[in-house]
Amino acid sequence: MSETQPAVTQATLVKKAAPKSDYKPADVSPQRRVQRSFAVRLWSIRHSRLLEWFYSRFADMFLLLHPLWKGIGYGRVEAPIKFVEKRVKGFMFDCRMCGQCVLSSTGMSCPMNCPKQLRNGPCGGVRANGNCEVEPDMPCVWVKAWEGSKNMVHGDKILDVQKPVDQSLRETSAWLRVTAQAATAREAAQAPKTGASA
Amino acid sequence: MIARQRDENPAGIHLPLDPLPGHSSRGRLERVLRRGEFAVTTELNPPDSADPEDVYNRAKIFDGWVDAINAVDASGANCHMSSVGICALLTRMGYAPIMQIACRDKNRIAIQGDVLGGAAMGVANMLCLTGDGVQAGDQPGAKPVFDLDSMSLLETCRIMRDNGKFLSGRKLTTPPQIFLGAAVNPFAPPFDFRPIHLGKKIAAGAQFVQTQYCFDVPMFKTFMQKARDLGHTEKVFILCGVGPLASAKTAKWIRSNVPGIHIPDAIIKRLEGAQDQKKEGKQLCTDIINEVKEIPGVSGIHVMAYRQEEYVAEIVDESGVLKGRQPWKREIRHDDQMVADRLDRILHDEITETQVDMVKTAH
Repeated sequence: MSETQPAVTQATLVKKAAPKSDYKPADVSPQRRVQRSFAVRLWSIRHSRLLEWFYSRFADMFLLLHPLWKGIGYGRVEAPIKFVEKRVKGFMFDCRMCGQCVLSSTGMSCPMNCPKQLRNGPCGGVRANGNCEVEPDMPCVWVKAWEGSKNMVHGDKILDVQKPVDQSLRETSAWLRVTAQAATAREAAQAPKTGASA
Repeated sequence: MIARQRDENPAGIHLPLDPLPGHSSRGRLERVLRRGEFAVTTELNPPDSADPEDVYNRAKIFDGWVDAINAVDASGANCHMSSVGICALLTRMGYAPIMQIACRDKNRIAIQGDVLGGAAMGVANMLCLTGDGVQAGDQPGAKPVFDLDSMSLLETCRIMRDNGKFLSGRKLTTPPQIFLGAAVNPFAPPFDFRPIHLGKKIAAGAQFVQTQYCFDVPMFKTFMQKARDLGHTEKVFILCGVGPLASAKTAKWIRSNVPGIHIPDAIIKRLEGAQDQKKEGKQLCTDIINEVKEIPGVSGIHVMAYRQEEYVAEIVDESGVLKGRQPWKREIRHDDQMVADRLDRILHDEITETQVDMVKTAH
């Protein structure tokens, strides 16, 4: 919880004390210097319902291909799939490859773009215009997530409490992981049935 | 023999209270809230010093006016004495601190360790926060950690307390007995999501919440209406954040520089029109308290008077929220007084007592 502060904050003093030179990089974080447009990300959130529909078809297709992935070996397909996933999701959602995608629970707004990487909702610092506290020119990821999830069929998944990020899964394919897990779950569901009939 | 205060361990003020059924902590704040009394909490301005007296002096001015004191965890991302350190000092003196844990500076390993350490020192209340971004403070070049978020931090603490396990599943020998708190800001967008977000925090483990500064009472009423409709007020104690504004200039500055604090124009106009702006700011705070205390579902107030801590007692007194009740106050006990009197004589009279003299006077 922030508090009232005197007219001159430490942050102002620190900024003033910075060495003076003609070269002044834009006053944003290093991440934001790399990428300054949010057009595609915002398009994805506006079309969250379409993407939700597409994603569920896409997941079914991946699951259908499970024998293929298993045949080649999940370890071997990882590299090419990750290559594609990183670029596609990077373009569509500014994906940060956390390896544990929650887009379907966050209105197709990637929570890893939040400077605080919040996965369970907005912080208290959202500006009155709906922009981020840390990046004043970026719309708050969670304001957008709430808008996006309202369009979605399963938008109430935003209410699920997400577990903390498993940092050891960074830079791995979420698509393959979800597929492998779904396949295991499917086999587990089928196993007792076949056991009973046999 | 001096009559013991309510909510005090007879064996020593620094010791935890007897466990009560239905209580998850052994602290004073939970008792006050569960009895249905209107609770008052405040924030201790953390010193930039290594002197324990600084903490004691800052806590002393709240004596007998508040039920618990927030030990802030580098608020505004500025370096100060740590919340664990402040809690260690406060619990020794019998105060009921609310240990704030921010996710900005510590990862899950450090945080779970601090939860255990805090609980072992006798901290009964912990407030789980996300924390301000590092850009706001005096070390903008620091690495923001944010390993957990406020929600997963709440859940971690709840798992440690209720399941007696670390996040990893490893067992605890003695789980921490803590009353879990969270922060909510009903005054920042997305407004219609905020009450739902509160529900999510309750699901994660929040038992009490403190809100951001409330300067817009109608907006807070709308939030509370929604929270009541969703049934949140039966599951969580809501403490409304209030505080005095020093002047219209400060108010304007806060509005444009501190994200998350919403100050309507009417408030600034009222301050500008006043003769003594500081006094008017205090009066405004009292007026807001009088309005919010009537809102159903509000269980208390959280007074944040940064650098105006001396006004907390006056504000609480003038608003009459305690209704004659006196929160726990640090008092010198009878035996302490005897020792103090004797030591005082020794210190000031400059007498050198030898064992031989002592035996003589004793006979």
